Amino acid sequence: MTELKAAERMKIKRHDMPHQDHVLRRGNYSEVALGYSEETAKAEAERCLQCKDPKCTQGCPVGVMIPQFIKALREGDMVKAVEWMKVKNNLPAVCGRVCPQEVQCEGSCILAKKGEAVAIGRLERFVGDYELAHRTCPLVKAPDTGKKVAVVGSGPSGLTCAVDLARDGHKVTLYESLHGPGGVLIYGIPEFRLPKAVVHGEISYAVECLGIDVKTDHVIGRSFTLDELLAENDAVFLGTGAGLPSFMRIPGINLNGVMSANEFLTRVNLMKAYQFPNYDTPVRIGKKVAVIGAGNVAMDAVRCSKRLLSLQTEQSGGGPGEANIVYRRSRDEVPARQEEVLHAEEEGVIFNFLTNPIEIIGNEKRAVTGLKCMKMQLGEPDKSGRRQPEPIEGSEFVMEVDTVIMALGTSPNPIVFVDAVGLERTKHGTAVADTATGRTKKKRVWAGGDVVTGAATVISAMGAGKRAAADINAFLKGEADWQ
Amino acid sequence: MYKILKKEVLSDVVKLMDIEAPHVARKARAGQFVIVRIDEFGERIPLTIADFNREKGTITIIFQELGKSTIQLGRLDVGDSIASFAGPLGHPTEIADYGTVICIGGGVGIAPIFPIARALKEAGNTVISIIGARSRELLFWEDRMRAVSDELIVCTDDGSHGRKSLVTEPLKEFLENKDKKISHVWAIGPAIMMKFVTLTTKPYDVATTVSLNTIMIDGTGMCGGCRVLLEDGAQFVCVDGPEFNGHKVDWDNLLSRLSFYKDEEKKAMEYYAHKCRLENAISEGGK
Ligand SMILES: Cc1cc2nc3c(=O)[nH]c(=O)nc-3n(C[C@H](O)[C@H](O)[C@H](O)COP(=O)(O)OP(=O)(O)OC[C@H]3O[C@@H](n4cnc5c(N)ncnc54)[C@H](O)[C@@H]3O)c2cc1C
Ligand SMILES: Cc1cc2nc3c(=O)[nH]c(=O)nc-3n(C[C@H](O)[C@H](O)[C@H](O)COP(=O)(O)OP(=O)(O)OC[C@H]3O[C@@H](n4cnc5c(N)ncnc54)[C@H](O)[C@@H]3O)c2cc1C
Ligand code: SF4
Ligand code: SF4
Ligand code: FES
Repeated sequence: MTELKAAERMKIKRHDMPHQDHVLRRGNYSEVALGYSEETAKAEAERCLQCKDPKCTQGCPVGVMIPQFIKALREGDMVKAVEWMKVKNNLPAVCGRVCPQEVQCEGSCILAKKGEAVAIGRLERFVGDYELAHRTCPLVKAPDTGKKVAVVGSGPSGLTCAVDLARDGHKVTLYESLHGPGGVLIYGIPEFRLPKAVVHGEISYAVECLGIDVKTDHVIGRSFTLDELLAENDAVFLGTGAGLPSFMRIPGINLNGVMSANEFLTRVNLMKAYQFPNYDTPVRIGKKVAVIGAGNVAMDAVRCSKRLLSLQTEQSGGGPGEANIVYRRSRDEVPARQEEVLHAEEEGVIFNFLTNPIEIIGNEKRAVTGLKCMKMQLGEPDKSGRRQPEPIEGSEFVMEVDTVIMALGTSPNPIVFVDAVGLERTKHGTAVADTATGRTKKKRVWAGGDVVTGAATVISAMGAGKRAAADINAFLKGEADWQ
Repeated sequence: MYKILKKEVLSDVVKLMDIEAPHVARKARAGQFVIVRIDEFGERIPLTIADFNREKGTITIIFQELGKSTIQLGRLDVGDSIASFAGPLGHPTEIADYGTVICIGGGVGIAPIFPIARALKEAGNTVISIIGARSRELLFWEDRMRAVSDELIVCTDDGSHGRKSLVTEPLKEFLENKDKKISHVWAIGPAIMMKFVTLTTKPYDVATTVSLNTIMIDGTGMCGGCRVLLEDGAQFVCVDGPEFNGHKVDWDNLLSRLSFYKDEEKKAMEYYAHKCRLENAISEGGK
């Protein structure tokens, strides 16, 4: 094929991703975005200008070699594309699906300023899916070093750290308190956004190739303390995430029908409540749902609600029900990925912006019957430049709902810190750790991911796991001291 | 997978099992619990650690067959395995020498009260125990409770064994008796029993610890589904408990939250019964 000129590349329009029909998908849990075909992927790859100073790579928290993998992809050399990808990113099939690309790689792509960014995320997913199916880039283990590392938590940060350390030849044990590995990828993010087969596929492949010992049902802080792990290992990495839900301090939060998004999503995703009674765990959703918040977690909760409502109608009749987002700021401040907001809208989710709940109302059976809210308006920008929402006096009204799901952010689960003397924490409950190396204030203990940053992103957690693995490796080889 | 090493039938609806789970046994203490998931399709249910053996690496669980999960568990046998077994979870009981204490076990609550009574006895307390059940068939471990108690009262609702009364009656008599000062009461059993025990001790201002049995999912503080309303705000039973000062618990809130999933629990049971009937029909058809 003759090489295109930059001007020609820039004329190609960004390629849409095929999607499951938005009416059909309200009633099922299958993946929404269907992925590029090989032809579309190559055509999209043609848009990349192969910048000498690639801004896209700078926008990616782990610095994926984006122009390199895209070039290999458009030349049809998938094996090489996978290799380039895997230099920085062990889980492209996951990141391609869930990264907030518009504020990371794609947001920084030079083309974003002139029109539409290269669809880096979709290309990454294509490469990741190719590797899942063909396994052209096997994980290889270096000769045994005789060193032992315990990794606590099997979310993106722990998994990345475990994989890298096992490749370096250390004996890695991965401890997870739930019954399966994956962290938020398994219990939080729903099937229709990230199929569990993708996550299971990546994890079991890594575990088999590298001989990582996965110990589920092990709650560190209870089954073993951190000091006990330190006694048996040369190093310990904490990737325990930020799983502790917060509840609003308003009257009525203990009524029946009020849940944290974590409870709701765990029931639905980890325990597969959408397949009740074939799976034992139920979830009760009622007819009208209000999800409070507008982050990724809120979008996942409201889109799961929509699907459960449709399933319910299908099985036992009745109206289609209502799935609401209740958010105290305006549309411009919505923190969720754009794509999720768009999908939620297509699926019929109702957005209530500038609306702040002040009370949950119940009946004599202590079940939720309504959500009392105030309308808000945006005031003057504060120091951070963000316009703060202010209540409009006399604007109280009651939304009729029977389920209230709180998606208000999470903080680190404190169990792992039980008896962990010397491990410093901030007042927000996060572990204190060096950003570059992941070292905590406790000798031979590293930490990374949400447990350090608070709720963040999959790729930033993976980056932290990777940086910590590099420093642990240097430490274990005697190339770096612990001062 | 965690193997069932022993199985005993304690009463019509109560069964005991020893499960091989060294990672739990090494640290387990009275008052803590485990989360059990039977198989791939199973829910995560909390069960109290009734006993443990660190050398053998086993945990004893005792459960009452109430619904789908516990009935299915009861059908498993020695040699079978269960999929998940996480723990020990929650805080252990605070054992100290309080003086004279009363330990109350109702129904299947007799199982978790036993290791607490034993530990309190070993710590030097004078232990009075009261155990109760609806009828004789539902009682168990009378001998074991007697062995660790200075005095044991047995009650049944129908009078088929021991005294015909609720556990709160003898409790009130002990509290009334001015010669013997009761310094602490523990009560484990159905929520409604624990509610009335705390109402009984309240006027006498005797500290009363209860072990709450809310619905749980993860058991590690991640979902908030187990939250209970106390006088001073909501707490998570799985990490802040399971034992609480009974005088601070909003019992009506607890009782209503416990029954929230009643319809679904019934549906799960019907579905399970239907599946079992089908399986039986198929295996009989094949004979
Ligand atoms: C619903 C939802 C949707 C999201 N959507 C997106 C998205 O679209 N894009 C994106 O980039 N990010 C998203 N995020 C954020 C992202 O998932 C997290 O930032 C990321 O998973 C953090 O990874 P981690 O490894 O630090 O922790 P986690 O993924 O939280 O994993 C921590 C693991 O540690 C285990 N653990 C905790 N304590 C212990 C203990 N004491 N002993 C043993 N194990 C323990 C936990 O069970 C868990 O498995 C979402 C988060 C949620 C909740
Ligand atoms: C910390 C803790 C420790 C526990 N220890 C034990 C134990 O040692 N032995 C034991 O038998 N049970 C114990 N339980 C209760 C046990 O978890 C439930 O009985 C079990 O989950 C019921 O599941 P199922 O599917 O068999 O019944 P379901 O179908 O869920 O319920 C059947 C019936 O039981 C009632 N029920 C449901 N959940 C509970 C509950 N948590 N408590 C009381 N009634 C309930 C329902 O309202 C319904 O009427 C404990 C609970 C907690 C929170
Ligand atoms: S890992 Fe995420 S941010 Fe980085 S290039 Fe891939 S999709 Fe973009
Ligand atoms: S900035 Fe955009 S155009 Fe430039 S190399 Fe990166 S993806 Fe290609
Ligand atoms: S069971 Fe989930 S927080 Fe307690």
